[in-house]
Amino acid sequence: MGEAVQAHSVHEAPAGFIRKYIFSYDHKVIGIQYYMLALFSVFLGMTLSVLVRLNLAWPGTEVPILGTIFPEGAPDGVMTPEFYLSMLTMHGTIMVFFVLTTAPQSGFGNYFLPIQIGADDMAFPTLNMLSFWVTFLSLVVMVAAFFVQGGAPISGWTAYPPLSALGQIAGTGLGTGQSLWILSIAIFCIASMLGAINFIVTTIDMRAEGMSMMRLPLTCWAWFVTAILGLLAFGVLLAAGVLLLLDRHAGTSFFIPGGLVVSDQLIDHKGGSPLLWQHLFWFFGHPEVYIAILPGMGAASHILSTFCRKPIFGYKAMVYAIMGIGFCSFLVWGHHMFMSGMSPYTAIVFSLTTTAVAVPSAIKTFNWLGTLWGARIQFTTAMLWALGFVSLFVTGGISGLFLNQPAVDVYLHDTYFVVAHFHMIMGVAAIFGIFGGTYYWFPKMFGRMLNETWGKIHFWITFVGVYAIFMPMHFLGFAGHPRRYAELTSFEFLEPLAAVQKYISMFAFTTIAAQFIFLAIFFWALFRGKKADINPWKATTIEWSVPTPPPHDNFGGEFPVVHRGPYEYSVPGAAEDFVPQTAPDVATAKS
Amino acid sequence: MFFAIIIWLITLVSVVLTVGKYWWLPELASEHGVALDRQFMLTLVVTGIIFVLAQVALGYLVMRYKDRPGRTADYSHGNDKLEVVWTLATAVVFFALVIPGQSIWASLHLNPPTEDVVRIEVTGQQFSWNIRYPGADGKFGQLKPELTDDSGGNALGLDPDDPASSDDLVVPVMAVPVNRNIELMLRSKDVTHAFFVRELRIKQDAVPGMTIPLRFKPSKIGHYEVACAELCGLGHHKMRSTIQILSDEDYASWLKDQAEE
Amino acid sequence: MATTIAPSPVEIELEDLGRGGGGIPNLGWEGPGGPGEGAKGISDNRYRTGMWAALAGILMFFTAFVSAYVVRKGLSNDWIPTSLPSLVWFNTLLLLASSLTLERSRHVLSDNSRFSRWWLLTTVLGAAFLVGQVVVWRQLIGDGVYVSSNPSSSFFYVLTGAHGVHLSGGVFALGFLLFRNRQDPFGSVNRTPIDVVAIYWHFMDGLWISLLLFLFFWR
Repeated sequence: MGEAVQAHSVHEAPAGFIRKYIFSYDHKVIGIQYYMLALFSVFLGMTLSVLVRLNLAWPGTEVPILGTIFPEGAPDGVMTPEFYLSMLTMHGTIMVFFVLTTAPQSGFGNYFLPIQIGADDMAFPTLNMLSFWVTFLSLVVMVAAFFVQGGAPISGWTAYPPLSALGQIAGTGLGTGQSLWILSIAIFCIASMLGAINFIVTTIDMRAEGMSMMRLPLTCWAWFVTAILGLLAFGVLLAAGVLLLLDRHAGTSFFIPGGLVVSDQLIDHKGGSPLLWQHLFWFFGHPEVYIAILPGMGAASHILSTFCRKPIFGYKAMVYAIMGIGFCSFLVWGHHMFMSGMSPYTAIVFSLTTTAVAVPSAIKTFNWLGTLWGARIQFTTAMLWALGFVSLFVTGGISGLFLNQPAVDVYLHDTYFVVAHFHMIMGVAAIFGIFGGTYYWFPKMFGRMLNETWGKIHFWITFVGVYAIFMPMHFLGFAGHPRRYAELTSFEFLEPLAAVQKYISMFAFTTIAAQFIFLAIFFWALFRGKKADINPWKATTIEWSVPTPPPHDNFGGEFPVVHRGPYEYSVPGAAEDFVPQTAPDVATAKS
Repeated sequence: MFFAIIIWLITLVSVVLTVGKYWWLPELASEHGVALDRQFMLTLVVTGIIFVLAQVALGYLVMRYKDRPGRTADYSHGNDKLEVVWTLATAVVFFALVIPGQSIWASLHLNPPTEDVVRIEVTGQQFSWNIRYPGADGKFGQLKPELTDDSGGNALGLDPDDPASSDDLVVPVMAVPVNRNIELMLRSKDVTHAFFVRELRIKQDAVPGMTIPLRFKPSKIGHYEVACAELCGLGHHKMRSTIQILSDEDYASWLKDQAEE
Repeated sequence: MATTIAPSPVEIELEDLGRGGGGIPNLGWEGPGGPGEGAKGISDNRYRTGMWAALAGILMFFTAFVSAYVVRKGLSNDWIPTSLPSLVWFNTLLLLASSLTLERSRHVLSDNSRFSRWWLLTTVLGAAFLVGQVVVWRQLIGDGVYVSSNPSSSFFYVLTGAHGVHLSGGVFALGFLLFRNRQDPFGSVNRTPIDVVAIYWHFMDGLWISLLLFLFFWR
């Protein structure tokens, strides 16, 4: 019983500010560090999107601060097209990597995976600390790209060569800025792979007695499969980054074909393939977007079950769906390349595999609805975010059904329809997963409650706001509005669409402004929030049975023993409407 | 209650704005576009139904099963049979939607060009399009990248020593004859671009180092804009050209006029 | 207790895909005692699992390079095969020998002085391999074959370089454990780092053989 039996990795309790809060081995501190990194990054990313939307709605506007910070990119405070493209590139990069790949997985996962499985820390606490600081370094290098000569790269978060490989000659920001971008991503790959190893080993080897795989909360399943995806996908991106750096700096021609003439200059490369980059990038890129959404799905299931006071409908099916999505995510990357010049036969194959991956996603939605059926729904703020997640996941997911058909994609590829699709599913649904997790777990992490009233206000403005922003983008796509256009004045067909862009921008500014309410709620609660009980939601999983906040080794030396599944709510005959996973089995006294 | 209302309102507004076609695909001008538009509409209807059903169901469930005093939740872990049923149903609907549409793709890309195809070469560069016609000899002249000279009027690097080059016509705008099979040979001088004409329902990346065919059959006379649909640098948004669909006679005289200039 | 909690029907229903009663790893990581303890001992599970996970990630990294190689070679007609300097085969023998000496050292783990001598030999052989690889590179450069000369040579440098970087990590680990052994000798009870580094080393050896054969036969 206890320590002698279970794997045990916790370090001694630290003393001193540096050991406790800066270079900490404690998964809880590291989880909060990742969360804070993501919080910083999301506000940076949102600022960039403000600039993007400003340019689209009111091009030529003077923004004096911009002129001061970026005299090259925005002379006299007016954004140049290359500046717009660099804002767009960095917005995508920062949001995808430093927000969606960190907060849901490394943030909440680090904090709660060990506790939810009954472990005292992650399998490798030192490696965990290293993973965070390497991620931090990656962010520093990325932000540095803004401040070098030429500024940040303009090739999109996808960095397709030859544009990204030819250097300054192909455009501003494609010099040092692009190189720093690639370097940052390479560092991020390593950090992610290290983190993934921790999650995988922890889940396999550190579970408490009685915690079989099929008793894991769905959050743990999501974190586990996400980690496997990360481990296998980031290695490929790292390889691609190495090859791109060599093309840029060592004269190789992996991606650069021969006979190129850029601005009347003959480029001395030959034989490379731009499509090779796309294959490598998207082989990573597709699992990456599932890395972004799976933890949110886990959190949604978890939160829904708690506030429906009902077991999750179809737990087994949900587990298989997570595994199915994870596995299939490696088979579909070509659907990003239908128009790329790749073989049309290959396109058909990818279209079919993509259709296949849509099925388990639909199953999850049915099961969420099934959980709501016959429930006793409690409308806490966390629950609202989870419900919003379901709504947005459906909306974002079904637009994928247009894009996975090559024939239909002929029209919609590289239009705002695609922008709508991925924002709905990543930029909104996944974010709702993060918000839901925040409102749900804040009491356990910080020992205080977030204000429910203001939280609901934050939710409603955001929920209506995101639909108002991204629904119209589908219509822009129907009208054939191409993406990544810095100015809308060159084409007649874009003229009637400029008004829509204005409305989108206005909704965006409103919604972004509402996120400051969240900041206020968050920081106010940190210092002045109502003190939280150990289990304010009356939830069943192990994190709600430990003190708030948990002690350094989570369980004070006494590892828990698990007696039942994770979502035993409203069990007939039970004294309360929830039975914790670790509550001892007591034989029923004869009634 | 409030949640249901908001969700239903969002659903309603979305459906109205879609059905009203306020921002829509422009009028069709190509043959394959008919089937493409039909598949598009089918997809829209199917996804629309799923969208409405899901959001309505979500709102309904949230309203109906709100916690009230005296209520107990249904202690159910699920229903395996139901899982199988809705998994199969979903798979059937999704594949039934996607598989037939592949024939449209096949007709665009897997059929060889016909004998009488009109072949035109399109080369993208930062930030303009160069359209090349083979001229009376029907042959495209040799290109040599080292001879490229934008300001000197030889954007493609046409080799003057190749006899086939002498009647080649390189222009910034395009014209094609209506009701004829057209094959555009897409190329690029520098980075990846993409050739996109909304009304013709055609789009294809122009990748440097490759020559990629794009086939279509224009079915209506008209004048349309050509846009670049792959981020190619700071002038991506102004890489505009136009394509005219002309009758056979008008096309012939257009070619003559262009050659004279 | 006055209140009762009915045993969950869930426990009876659900399959247990976990390991027995759930998650209890092999004993033997903490002091003597527990089943299975013998001369060989059992390493702490999580380090093994972690090493295999790391190797899966590393394998994907190399797989990406190899598939890039295949694609790039098939695409263009500018591929000129790089002839492998014959030293490369000798280096391979060194690496193979190091795997053998590594296994020998693990076999005699209970006799620490013999163990540390075989382990040292392994480290030296590994370092010799790396030196040999650098010499191979110098030979190629001497022949005017640089990373940018041809896609074939580009990949040669990339693959050997990436492997070399990973192997350097292995040599560092071997050396580090040698150093640790002086202060706190490894033995049948305390053997996890030895076993885990061995997995890594053999994998790097196997990876090298695969890469070399690939480079040779897929010229």
